[in-house]
Amino acid sequence: MKPSPDTLPADEATAVENPVSGIDQSSGNFRYEMDYAFDAGTGLTENTVRYISEVKKEASWLLDFRLNALKTFHSKPLPTHWATKDLENINFDKIRYYLSQGLKPKRTWEEVPDDIKKTFERLGIPEQERKFLAGVEAQFDSEAAYSNIKEIVSKQGVIFVNSTEGLREHPELFRKFFGKVIPTGDNKFSALNSAVFSGGSFIYVPPGVKVAQPLQAYFRINAENFGQFERTLIIADEGSEVTYMEGCTAPKFSTSTLHSAVVELVALKGAKIQYITVQNWSSNVFNLVTKRGVAHEMAEIKWIDCNIGSRLTMKYPGVVLKGRKARGEVISIALANDGQHQDTGAKMIHQADETTSNIVAKSISVGQGRSTYRGQVHIPKHLKGCKNNTECDALLINTNSRTDTYPAITVKGDRNAVQHEASVSKVNEEMIFYMQQRGLTEGQAMSLAVNGFINDLARQFPMEYSVELKRLIDLEMEGSVG
Amino acid sequence: MSAPTSAPRSLTGSFPAEAFAQHLTSLAGAPAWWLDRQRAAYETYAGLPMPRRTDESWRFSNVVGLSLDGFTANPAASPTALTSPFGTPHLAFLNNTVVNRNAVPAELVRQGVVVTTLVEAAAQHPELLRAHFMAQPQKLGSGKFAALHSAFVGAGAFVYVPRGVEVKEPILITHAAAGAGSAVFPHTLVVLEENARATVVDHFVSADDAAHFACGANDLYAGHGSQLTYIGAQDWSRTSRSFQFNSTVVRRDARVQSLNLHLGGRQARHESLSQLQAPGAFSEMLALTVADDTQEFDQRTLQIHQAPNTKSDLLYKNALRDQSKTIFSGLIVVDPDAQKTDAYQSNRNLMLSDDAEASSLPGLEIQANDVRCTHGATTSRIDPEQEFYLQARGISKAAADELLTFGFFEEVLNRLESDPLHDVLRTLIQSQFKK
Repeated sequence: MKPSPDTLPADEATAVENPVSGIDQSSGNFRYEMDYAFDAGTGLTENTVRYISEVKKEASWLLDFRLNALKTFHSKPLPTHWATKDLENINFDKIRYYLSQGLKPKRTWEEVPDDIKKTFERLGIPEQERKFLAGVEAQFDSEAAYSNIKEIVSKQGVIFVNSTEGLREHPELFRKFFGKVIPTGDNKFSALNSAVFSGGSFIYVPPGVKVAQPLQAYFRINAENFGQFERTLIIADEGSEVTYMEGCTAPKFSTSTLHSAVVELVALKGAKIQYITVQNWSSNVFNLVTKRGVAHEMAEIKWIDCNIGSRLTMKYPGVVLKGRKARGEVISIALANDGQHQDTGAKMIHQADETTSNIVAKSISVGQGRSTYRGQVHIPKHLKGCKNNTECDALLINTNSRTDTYPAITVKGDRNAVQHEASVSKVNEEMIFYMQQRGLTEGQAMSLAVNGFINDLARQFPMEYSVELKRLIDLEMEGSVG
Repeated sequence: MSAPTSAPRSLTGSFPAEAFAQHLTSLAGAPAWWLDRQRAAYETYAGLPMPRRTDESWRFSNVVGLSLDGFTANPAASPTALTSPFGTPHLAFLNNTVVNRNAVPAELVRQGVVVTTLVEAAAQHPELLRAHFMAQPQKLGSGKFAALHSAFVGAGAFVYVPRGVEVKEPILITHAAAGAGSAVFPHTLVVLEENARATVVDHFVSADDAAHFACGANDLYAGHGSQLTYIGAQDWSRTSRSFQFNSTVVRRDARVQSLNLHLGGRQARHESLSQLQAPGAFSEMLALTVADDTQEFDQRTLQIHQAPNTKSDLLYKNALRDQSKTIFSGLIVVDPDAQKTDAYQSNRNLMLSDDAEASSLPGLEIQANDVRCTHGATTSRIDPEQEFYLQARGISKAAADELLTFGFFEEVLNRLESDPLHDVLRTLIQSQFKK
């Protein structure tokens, strides 16, 4: 299976400069003609769901779970009473719900078929692993194409497989936590995911184990009209620590593509989970993702969420603070360019005393881009000592760039404290002038200013990611002024 | 005069087509355009569903508690001497009827200042009334109730201050309700011409402890360079339901300061819309709420910046006691090209009970880049450090809490230029605390 020449872009021969280029939009813009061994066809019916379940040789409880989810999906309306009407442009009948080349991920890089290998090599996946990652999983359309975990990590008892393997090899563990953080009926898209999910990571970190290096997953949409529905479940047992990073890309197609993932995190007593996303979907992807974690006593969950690209992203990572002194944090960066709508935010549900949460969101709107912060903070009755801090800053680059802020804060009782602040501003003209005086072009100065705006957040990313983020912002800012 | 097509009883409640027809007969002298607008409003009212739990503009509200039943659409009124803590009212309404009038000083009349009822204004100043009465859009979710108001409004005040005239003393209007189930539709329309200045006070009060249904509106129009201070003090009985719709239009270089005090009602919703229509316009929106028992106060605001170089500043403070509940939902909208907008929005909730609930939805929709827009929302109890500071100086905890709570309100009251008004409002707040 050689990639057919006419689908390769002109710069195919050019070597990828940065090995960690997973988030460079231009390097993601290529695709290969594939012969898929398994294809659930176009459209969504009960048969689609049965097909997926059969291909995966799933237990009957899971098929029932999927079929119920499908019913829920059909019964729920699109949430357009608060969300953008653009959702109505998703044609669920034209989407392909399952495509894969094979079910078993390859354990060594050499085994991976050439064309898939090529895709991921262009995106720098094996290099990353060689450099510093504790484990990598790469998902190509519906299934993991490659999955590996360093021996030292697996010896600690850490499980890092895709969700299909997780279900097959660790059914007890999987079933105990699966669908508990985000129930099927949570929203229309979590129901859709529950019906047709495939791929995604399953991670279990045993008590007290601290995974020193990050685990990484890579999601790639290759086929047109394809819907990617990965399902990730991470369980950090008592006192353990883990960092997980995911990157996402897709080539540019003329028709829209749907990515609708469900990510559930469980941090048991004293555990720490850090989940880092750098998403750089091409501008035809509807990216509708449900992400939520439950933090038990003294546990900590931190989402670092960076959204660049996509046509519409709706993503509000949440933390349910279930145990005393649990802590939740969301760090969010969004950049909306022409024709893009980044509708992102955070949810903090306090359910125990002395829980604290922090949300810092920064967004940048370029051209006709629109960025939206949507958040929810909930502190119910008779809790004490809960605290939330929310800060949203928006930067508007061009005259008619758009930004919205829609927080919702509910506090009951007099023993908690909540504060929310948001500001909207443009790049300081004096600052630009100053830099221009020192020989920078207006574009360079603007880029520097935007990078400065998110600098304090970008520093929280692993170094490679923050370097890449800066490079990407430079790219997006090109031609935005003048 | 025939009534419009009848709608299902469930959608019209105590305000069926017959009640509307009866209302129209009481307005025999009103001009045709007025009656036409009312008929259209009634159609809208009868056609719209009640708010639903999933309506974003009713988020967190107790929608189930809303009811249109058990009220008297056209309650009778008998002449009563109404007193107001603000002084002798220039116009006093009871159950949609004028019961008391006190003329403004002759000097002002000579200068062209008008303080009269809507019906009289329709006869004496038809053009003015037609241009401003029921002329503003409803954008905050209460379409049905606002239409109900527009359909049934008859008695109301019209205040007009001509070009360059300054009215020093506040113009006082009292809107009262009496008798179980009485539905009242208070209305105050204020029109300030170029460079005029005035202060208008609306006082909403129940004459008894019965449950009333109040569905009122106040439309404020500030012409170029004018300055208007508006006070709305709501003190309905504790069993009443209240809806109040404010629409403020601010023209070039004009300034409107409005302060709404919310004390009464079992469930009270207040919607406030400020339209900054020309450069230099400034709208200051202030509100104070003292919620206790099981009261619910629902405040929805919208600041629309439609022109460059406009400014708005909103500060809403709520103090919550017992099992009370407050909702603040605010939105700043900056239209494309409304550059150099300066908009601020702040909601502060002071929790004085462990059973109270405060929801805050401070929103922004910005479509221009050269703006300064910020908002903030905080919810917390009395600062323990401040409490400790006072206690360390020998002040009892109860006294310290009272001092700090009034201090919380003073920040808003101090924005008022008029000391007498400041004092009356403070007394009203204090009496609520002593209840």
